[in-house]
Amino acid sequence: MVQHLTRKLLSGMALPGIALAVMLGTAAVPIQANAATLHMAWSQDATGLDPHKQTAFSSLRLLELIYEPLVRVDANLRIVPAIADSWQFSADGKELTFKLNPKAKFQNGAAVTSADVKASFERILDEKTGAAARANFLSIASIDTPDPATVVFHLSQPDVPILTAMSDVNAAIVPAGEIAAGSVGTKAIGSGPFKLDKWDPNAKEVLSANKDWAGGATGVDGIEISVLPDETAILAAMRTKQIDFALLNDPLVATLVPKDASLQLNRVPVLAYHVLQLNPSRKPMTELKVRQAISCAIDRQDVLDTASLGEGKVTGPLTIPSLATDPSQLFCYKRDVEKAKQLMSEAGYADGFSATVIGATGEPPTAAAEAQVIQSQLAEIGVKLDIKMMELNVYVDAWLKGDFDMAIALNGGRADPYTMYNRYWTKAGNLQKVANYIDDTLDSQMQQGRAETDPAKRKAIFAEFEKHLAEVSPWIWLYTSYSYTAQQKNIAGFVPTPTGTLFSLSKVTIQQ
Amino acid sequence: MTYLLRRLAVFPLVLIGVSIVVFVAIRMVPGDAITAMLGTEAGLLTPAQREALAAYFGIDQPWFVQYGRWLLGLLHGNLGISSTYGKPVLDVIIERFPLTLELALLSMIIALAVGVPAGVFAATHNEKLSDLGVRVAAMIGQSTPNFVLALLIIYTLSAGFGVLPAMGEFSPLWQDPLRNLSQLILPAITLGFAFAASVTRVSRSAMLDVLSDDYVRTARSKGVSARGVIWRHALPNALIPVVTLSGIEFGYLLGGAVIVEQIYALPGLGRLVLDAILQRDYALVQGCVLFIAFNFMIVNLLVDLAYVALDPRIRLGEQ
Repeated sequence: MVQHLTRKLLSGMALPGIALAVMLGTAAVPIQANAATLHMAWSQDATGLDPHKQTAFSSLRLLELIYEPLVRVDANLRIVPAIADSWQFSADGKELTFKLNPKAKFQNGAAVTSADVKASFERILDEKTGAAARANFLSIASIDTPDPATVVFHLSQPDVPILTAMSDVNAAIVPAGEIAAGSVGTKAIGSGPFKLDKWDPNAKEVLSANKDWAGGATGVDGIEISVLPDETAILAAMRTKQIDFALLNDPLVATLVPKDASLQLNRVPVLAYHVLQLNPSRKPMTELKVRQAISCAIDRQDVLDTASLGEGKVTGPLTIPSLATDPSQLFCYKRDVEKAKQLMSEAGYADGFSATVIGATGEPPTAAAEAQVIQSQLAEIGVKLDIKMMELNVYVDAWLKGDFDMAIALNGGRADPYTMYNRYWTKAGNLQKVANYIDDTLDSQMQQGRAETDPAKRKAIFAEFEKHLAEVSPWIWLYTSYSYTAQQKNIAGFVPTPTGTLFSLSKVTIQQ
Repeated sequence: MTYLLRRLAVFPLVLIGVSIVVFVAIRMVPGDAITAMLGTEAGLLTPAQREALAAYFGIDQPWFVQYGRWLLGLLHGNLGISSTYGKPVLDVIIERFPLTLELALLSMIIALAVGVPAGVFAATHNEKLSDLGVRVAAMIGQSTPNFVLALLIIYTLSAGFGVLPAMGEFSPLWQDPLRNLSQLILPAITLGFAFAASVTRVSRSAMLDVLSDDYVRTARSKGVSARGVIWRHALPNALIPVVTLSGIEFGYLLGGAVIVEQIYALPGLGRLVLDAILQRDYALVQGCVLFIAFNFMIVNLLVDLAYVALDPRIRLGEQ
């Protein structure tokens, strides 16, 4: 009887089990239908197609495959040609002339001319556009187009960093006709290596190679990008060969990639930095010694090791490798709790104080862990931190209003220190109310760095800027992390860069 | 019939109430479509730039003006335009709904196919080892969060067996039924697991109640077989609480299974609402919530009507 029942039960269970296995096996075979199509995945999708308005990381990564700026930065952060073949600053630094690549064409077949460049920058500068990058181009007084292949920018003051700002896809060149028609953002027509054939927001993008691209033939016929919101699922899809290439954010997931023999992890230090932002307009962070005490009490390496599994590098304010100072030379980068207690005592806070630190859930994925490590470290000098994790938009709202005691942040980096920090540490900075710290020395160093054209002198100016910023400690810079991409081992030619760009996908090939 | 008309007449009132609550609640949450699009870079905007963008997103007027406009559109069958998708909200919802409906149906089929027999089996073996086994399994099923189960399934299949349903692009049932089922079966099992556990527990306790009723004893004494007593006499009466539970669960699933859709990358209604909230796509949030509320009311109505079919003694609408 028991045997009979068991047999019945087993046969009853086996049938659906076999059916499920067959069903999954049939439809889940890891086949690439078209070997020349790169199957890619990421967890967050682009939020729009207007290159002048989009600032989200994933939007930029998509748009830089479709649109091109005048110049771009390479893996070593050197400025290299994009739409422009060459460029030249005038001797007084107030005129910047570009010669355009005669082969540059938009995906609608029209040549890219100086009129398109002029129209694009006028659109960025027009307040009605709502372009976030406008702040980087305010020194443009006028734009001349002496011939279809030449553009001259007349600047109101010497502005060396403007060239780096022009390398961003937020300064992409779009067709003048599309601007006039008001269709930028609804139709994606750029001059980049790929055309956008289909975009299903938060689900999928289909790109095909732009045969007219001035940069030559692309390595694949197209790219299909799937939005898989859970990065564990991305890894699973890579293990089953459904995905060739993926962008990862979470170091916990990224460190699992090398454990699979068929997968390769690409990682490169990025310019973005993890930071504990203090609010120097709120007591007791108004006191220099309190801020310095916090800086001395934090073990940055411990934060990095615990929150991010050691995936990164302790950093000072400057994250650009050619300009960054060795962090050990900066103020209190070696933890010194005794000194911190001494500074707290001198500031009149020997018994410590209470404060709230805000963080965005999942942005970065390590935010909560960073807050917890810092909470335990600061407890040693009597600072009681209350951690408040928020949904990203709620956090951004509070952050923009400067409505916090302290904030855990992952702030974007730029290839030029002026473009990266003028928003916070100059008197006219747009994000002065977020930084809440005005300092004549910082402001003057930024202005000097902006006008200086000699690289060696610029480096010296920004070294002093970095040293001073670490010493006055309005923020506590923690570490830079890595940008992660994972790929199948038969994918060749991808070059990871500190800006996180995926532009080199244009030359990626799939080995059979 | 009068009962039905009376119930249907309440629908618009409930929907207007829901719409006001959602309209105000989503606007009370800090952040807006501008910060959702630009993030911290929104701080670089000048006031004029911000105004231009607010006008673009239709958030430049006071909330009651916005609500009036939206309500007027609704009366003309227009739920507004989604700022994320750039197309009418209703079109976006209609594209996503079939997946959610299919997933909800599959989960319910799995839950009922497993839960009802398991509950009946446990009730007919009351206080025996097999009953205990079913109860423990049901307890585990109810207390396992579905994200844990989903990740466990994905990990086991991909790392252990190297297979996984195609992720990324979802195939509708009418285009490729096999691929569609392969994509939905694991999410349906994930959702159906906890659902089945609840059905098992409710079926078991309802069956135990019914089995002790006089009419069951009478049927037995008249010589009806044990199987006949259980399946023909007891079960139909024990099903009423199961129908109630299934109705509520089904209505809930029609609102989208956010976590499961997120993990299995299914473009269903749950993920649509979540993304709309995160991107502060107000028109889409309002449209989706209204649609979900409408579905819930329909399911509730159908559940009430099902009572009559199961038990003729119930007369709807009578005081």
